[in-house]
Amino acid sequence: MKVENPGRRQFALKACRGVAVAGLWGAGGSRWAQAATADGDAETLHVLNRLGFGPAPGDLARVRQMGVAAYIDEQLHPERLTLPTALTRRLDSLSLANAGQAELIQRFHALHKAVKDNPEAKADRQRWHRQMTEETSLARLLPALESPRQLQEVMVDFWFNHFNIFNEKGLDRALVASYEREAIRPFVLGRFRDLLGATAHHPAMLFYLDNWLSSAGEGAGTGRRRRGGLNENYARELMELHTLGVDGGYTQQDVTELARMLTGWTFDPRRSQGASTFVFDPRRHDNEDKTWLGHRIAPDGQAEGERALDLLARHPATARHIAFKLAQAFVADAPPGALVDRLARRFTDNDGDIRAVLAALFASAEFRDPAARGAKYKSPYRYVLSSLRTCAVPLENVRPVLHALRELGMPLYGCQTPDGYKNTEAAWLNPEGTRRRITFATALGSGRLPLRLDPDDNPAPSMAPPPAPDAARLLATLGSTLSARTQAVIASADARLQSALLLGSPDFMTY
Amino acid sequence: MLRRQFLLSLGAAGLLLPVGRSAFAARSPAPANNRRLIIVLLRGAVDGLNVVVPYGDDDYYRARSSIAIAPPGRDDGGLDLDGFFALHPALASLLPRWQAGQLAFVHAAGSPDATRSHFDAQDYLESGTPGRKATADGWMNRLLAQLPAAEGNRALNIGTVMPRILAGAQPVAMLASGQAATKAGPLDRPRIGQAFDQLYAGNDKYGDAYRASQQSRREIMAALSSPEIENEMQKASNGAPLPPVFVDDAARVARLMRGDPAVQLAFMAVGGWDTHANQGGARGQLANRLQPLGEGLAGLADGLGPLFDDTTIVVLSEFGRTVRQNGNGGTDHGHGNVIWLLGGQVAGRKVHGRWPGLAEPARYENRDLAITTDFRSVLGSVLTQHLGLNNSALAKVFPDFTLCCPNERLIR
Repeated sequence: MKVENPGRRQFALKACRGVAVAGLWGAGGSRWAQAATADGDAETLHVLNRLGFGPAPGDLARVRQMGVAAYIDEQLHPERLTLPTALTRRLDSLSLANAGQAELIQRFHALHKAVKDNPEAKADRQRWHRQMTEETSLARLLPALESPRQLQEVMVDFWFNHFNIFNEKGLDRALVASYEREAIRPFVLGRFRDLLGATAHHPAMLFYLDNWLSSAGEGAGTGRRRRGGLNENYARELMELHTLGVDGGYTQQDVTELARMLTGWTFDPRRSQGASTFVFDPRRHDNEDKTWLGHRIAPDGQAEGERALDLLARHPATARHIAFKLAQAFVADAPPGALVDRLARRFTDNDGDIRAVLAALFASAEFRDPAARGAKYKSPYRYVLSSLRTCAVPLENVRPVLHALRELGMPLYGCQTPDGYKNTEAAWLNPEGTRRRITFATALGSGRLPLRLDPDDNPAPSMAPPPAPDAARLLATLGSTLSARTQAVIASADARLQSALLLGSPDFMTY
Repeated sequence: MLRRQFLLSLGAAGLLLPVGRSAFAARSPAPANNRRLIIVLLRGAVDGLNVVVPYGDDDYYRARSSIAIAPPGRDDGGLDLDGFFALHPALASLLPRWQAGQLAFVHAAGSPDATRSHFDAQDYLESGTPGRKATADGWMNRLLAQLPAAEGNRALNIGTVMPRILAGAQPVAMLASGQAATKAGPLDRPRIGQAFDQLYAGNDKYGDAYRASQQSRREIMAALSSPEIENEMQKASNGAPLPPVFVDDAARVARLMRGDPAVQLAFMAVGGWDTHANQGGARGQLANRLQPLGEGLAGLADGLGPLFDDTTIVVLSEFGRTVRQNGNGGTDHGHGNVIWLLGGQVAGRKVHGRWPGLAEPARYENRDLAITTDFRSVLGSVLTQHLGLNNSALAKVFPDFTLCCPNERLIR
């Protein structure tokens, strides 16, 4: 499947810079009627909405033509899809987001050391942090908006959130991009054990949940970190959030024992091997026997922790926990128990092969059920991304998007706690949230969101009003997403408001 | 809301007097129950042993070699409360309220559920049903259903995400945190507002949320723009630099409650208490978080003005932290904690509850502060003694729970 489609790209640009057409529905009424009756598109829209972040211009026609089954298959094998060159080029240009762990850690420490009483160094650091945040966000948002590998991007968000780290905890500010690129992205459709292992070894996780500080007891280890002791933060979340789930049948004793097994798992930028700065420090490791989840664990250095990850990744409670979260993300807030059971079995039978679980999920009657369509309420992240995709707005300036996500209560990489953001209507549907979505929709729909950085544009405010997305084109992109009633209300509204109303409509809040 | 009731009754009497908002506020009859409750949840498990410090318990110092708060009178020592407990020095802004008998604590309080998961423990604390996950709504929402009916914004959340504690059938107003709270949006422009009104008119589920947001927004803005209160608040801040978000939000809650007599319940959450490493002692990470919290609470008490007499503020956290400091100068997830009570009618100047001691055998599972008071007992006492709930109403808020000691007064 050839992805770079010059026609589509031009179209996208036109849609976003489109001329404001007065009396739109006077001329284009037939287009509405077409969309409203195109019920055959319901399933196509369902997969575009659930496997991806909603339709961009041209997607509906493309999937209509290739068929839903072929689209699902294509999405499950992102390696078969070529990325647009423009996107690849832009991602490659993000020098900070693409930097290696050791370099980032050392640079972070250097910038922080230099700051003491030095305003210039402080400004340097601020600049660096700002660039880091922007590049990290672009590395996530650009492919989420523009990549044809939509399912991969949905899963990057899903797994990052599952193995959440927080951008504003010290060193992690420098490491979020590296974490996502190295520990999450390569494994999102792979084996769960690989994903779990990659997160466990990454300095961003070791730092976030304090395992880098944990050691056998007072006096273990050397140098700066000599004043060590056991820290059970990571061990607890590893079982509660990453694998078994809170009802997975472990005790406080199991938390402490697992923390002891993981002592010595830390990182050191001066001793990096290849891209990784992970080191196992035997001097920090607890070399006594442990009893964990009913197993006697003989002292075995780093292998104790690896064995724990093996066991956790293949534990039936983990299979159920992951199956539930996937079913909740892709089917319904309260997913049918039978579906969760089947997916958990599939997870176990295929040794945690995520692609196999997803294939079963997308083929399930529960996913295909017409009642499942439009039954989920968009999270702020999904709401913002689907809006931007619908408008196919070229994302040059990421700041307004980050601002919008913050305003909507879901700052990117800004969930402080390791449980990540919730993915349910109950978590996000509320009056103030609705109001803020409409604020965003109005800014985007009237062309007032400064997403473009065009050096040719005259910045003088006295110029003609900014171009707004063309509502008829938005409608063509969304097909039968909007109810006949909503379409009628929008059609009767002031032309300048139509795009805002469409993006802020109740119909566009669901997927 | 009362304003509407007032206007309606005027209309019925055939009178239409040009009364301003402040005139209305002064003349409006008090609600049937004019008591107010503000809950402040410290998400992340604050280290209560360093908030209300048992400096009279030697085991405290044995367990915390580098992070303990020194006894009162020493350098960086705690602020003496009663000869046994001391307040963290970063909370000095609250000391006048203690001395005035308007601040009390219940120590060694918490949930009977043993979980050390932040998320489960917060869930139970907010649902009000420890150990039971199926509870759909939050206890503050159930409480709202038990309070005398009134129109308008009766419960207020600070923040844009509905917290579990307020989730449920009763409508709840939301006010954004920080400076964004009162910024005008496109919906405040009539042309855009009307278009969206029409768009959402036909949609029940999302329409309800939309209409609630429009209605409560109008009321919030009216309450916050009460000129009398605004002047007073501006004088109080007097061009000071931007305060930390909590201080700012707390001041806004006070202003809103004074401007809108319908608001009986408010909820605020403050994060950042999960001090697994380098939490510090009298200074450092925890102190830096406690200071704005204390200032915010003191500002809230001041800002409520005459309403403070009718208000109880409860500060609590999902569980406490380990008695012993860990190897990284921090503390791990524990069990018992301290609950704070601040208000005009609080049985203050007292640390309530039974102190179990910190010797190892006295600890919960040999590691954590044991719990001698169920958090629902503290809240239940406030609900009955302050808000006047009877037992059957209390049973609706906290099902399957009986108040342990109905005679112990937390509210005078």
